Amino acid sequence: MMRIFVSKDMASVALGADSLAEAFASAGCEVVRTGSRGLFAIEPLAEVETDEGRIAYGPVGPNDVSAVLDGSHPARIGRIEDHPFFSGQQRFTFARCGVTDPLSLSDYAAHGGWKGLETALGLSPQAVVDAVKASGLRGRGGAGFPTGIKWQTVLDAAADEKFIICNADEGDSGTFADRMLIEGDPFCLIEGMAIASHAVGASHGYIYIRSEYPSAIAAMREAIARSATKIAPFTLEVRVGAGTYVCGEETALLESIEGKRGEVRAKPPLPAVEGLFGRPTVINNVLSLAAVPFILAEGAQAYAEVGFGRSRGTMPVQIAGNVKNGGLYEIGFGVTLGELVNQIGGGTASGRPVRAVQVGGPLGAYFPPSMFHLPFDYEAFAEAGGLIGHAGITVFDDTVDMAHMARFAMEFCAVESCGKCTPCRIGSTRGTELIDRIVAKAPRAAGTLETLPQMRNARTAARSHEEEIDLLRDLCDTMKHGSLCALGGFTPYPVLSALDHFPEDFGSGHALTEAAE
Amino acid sequence: MTQTAQIQSIIDRFVHSDQRGALLPLLHEIQEELGFIAPGAVPLIADALLISRAEVHGVISFYPDFRTEPPARHVIKLCRAESCQARGGAAIEAELSHHLGVAMGHARKDGQVALEPVYCLGLCAIGPNAMVDDRPVARIDSAAIGRIAGEVEA
Ligand SMILES: Cc1cc2nc3c(=O)[nH]c(=O)nc-3n(C[C@H](O)[C@H](O)[C@H](O)COP(=O)(O)O)c2cc1C
Ligand code: SF4
Ligand code: FES
Repeated sequence: MMRIFVSKDMASVALGADSLAEAFASAGCEVVRTGSRGLFAIEPLAEVETDEGRIAYGPVGPNDVSAVLDGSHPARIGRIEDHPFFSGQQRFTFARCGVTDPLSLSDYAAHGGWKGLETALGLSPQAVVDAVKASGLRGRGGAGFPTGIKWQTVLDAAADEKFIICNADEGDSGTFADRMLIEGDPFCLIEGMAIASHAVGASHGYIYIRSEYPSAIAAMREAIARSATKIAPFTLEVRVGAGTYVCGEETALLESIEGKRGEVRAKPPLPAVEGLFGRPTVINNVLSLAAVPFILAEGAQAYAEVGFGRSRGTMPVQIAGNVKNGGLYEIGFGVTLGELVNQIGGGTASGRPVRAVQVGGPLGAYFPPSMFHLPFDYEAFAEAGGLIGHAGITVFDDTVDMAHMARFAMEFCAVESCGKCTPCRIGSTRGTELIDRIVAKAPRAAGTLETLPQMRNARTAARSHEEEIDLLRDLCDTMKHGSLCALGGFTPYPVLSALDHFPEDFGSGHALTEAAE
Repeated sequence: MTQTAQIQSIIDRFVHSDQRGALLPLLHEIQEELGFIAPGAVPLIADALLISRAEVHGVISFYPDFRTEPPARHVIKLCRAESCQARGGAAIEAELSHHLGVAMGHARKDGQVALEPVYCLGLCAIGPNAMVDDRPVARIDSAAIGRIAGEVEA
């Protein structure tokens, strides 16, 4: 019987993978459902097992089954590993994704699974923490905080109970790596969490998955059930979000697991000291935890050898938006933004010129092509007035209206604000109104209060366009410095970068980058 | 079984399971079984979990997923976030809303369909995207809108 591999990743399913898999099954094939390989332009994808390895065809649909099976189909790709989108990748974390049956324990073990956990269990907790420190791994959820140092704090904290939490809230637009890993290789995350539990002495763990990811929730629950004995006495539990972005913030997430409103807590105390139910808690992103099995199995050095500056190891970059070759591309830090967008991404899907890319989700900056030389590195992006965040890149063509995108950033902040602090809760609403006035070229005139005769010192003249822009910058400054968390604090990144690099969309003069040349 | 009895039996299950921080899983479960969280559930939950009604209400109202009214027969959650916008999401939103005769964020008066915003489905390279009931739909264009409309009107 022919063996055919078809992804059941949510994206593949959205593109028609289920009916493709059914068609192969009806044709008498044994169909193995895998995760996604990560390049959506070639999906739905079918891989046929042959003596020369797995031969891929894509995109293909149910009507192509016989031509795929007799090898005559024109969409023949050959071995996926040789395809240019894949041959340049360094798949440390996503090595198994798209290759194995995600819920097969024997597949997992046959492809190097559990090696990291076995190594870790042979080491003292301190030695495991030291290995993670030596790897240079930094948090992949956005802030880039060294994972080993976070674990050290939890290891050092004395408590009757400690927790490991995996943050799988993945709310950033342009990102899907957490979802792909959970659907495509959930045991890898479980192994990473089990290693963390040994390293810090935790007994129970939670995986907080957003409700928008039903397939990931189902895959994770099943994977936990199947691997329970493997990770015992450590236990795991899935918690499901309920439609908020802010619950991805670590302390809001703690509140949410505790059964409360997802309002951000003031820090200190750090969650590593006083986290879930007041106990020391490791909270890490999916990709941080899923990088750990490789580090323990292959050695910290193997991970740290790859990278750029203080950004060590690989990053599963997600190329999204209006882009030809959108998908997941895991590579060592240091690749440039331009390589990711133009060479690897192939430019826009619409065929029009790229005008802007947003890096790092809704709180990340917009960059024009004149900044495509930037290397993918935490420090380089921070210096350039942005962030890499969870490494999502959203590509826009030249039809984008950047004032509209700046307004959207403010609106998103207003929609998602937890309401705890004023600069974010009120500032985002005022910011949305302000950008509306700027775009409408209708600066604010004096209101009923200012024109009262007894308001002797109030200004009665309308604002000028420039004054409205100054006020927007001022508001961003207040939000940046006065907000409790990065939702209010980083919303100024997309707003100010749009204003700095694309002032013509706000009815102003030339771009800063052009003026500087 | 009356609705109240049904809610009470779900609550009893949770109280016996001894799960810590049980409120969100409990609310999800009630909504899963009944389609929404009836206002009558609030005092029952408060009593069982030994918290105030205000706390229960505060949590229900904080999280957009929780409904306090029965949902429309079909729910379309259309992504409004940046990557889908970069692929023409705003035009698709306008067209879908016009085609179905319902504004974004609302349910149609006949209760047949609701159009709800969602901020990213994690399908960001193949947008514009939506969840039509429980099914993900990608690369939505005018033809796809016709198919979606056909499906939810049936
Ligand atoms: C508004 C907001 C949303 C966030 N969303 C996420 C998220 O979805 N996933 C995530 O891993 N981190 C998110 N973070 C970052 C977390 O607060 C935290 O830094 C992270 O989970 C720590 O894990 P790491 O060190 O492995 O990155 C968010 C932060 C903020 C301010
Ligand atoms: S910045 Fe916004 S989301 Fe963060 S704590 Fe303040 S109000 Fe809440
Ligand atoms: S932005 Fe629409 S699915 Fe991510």
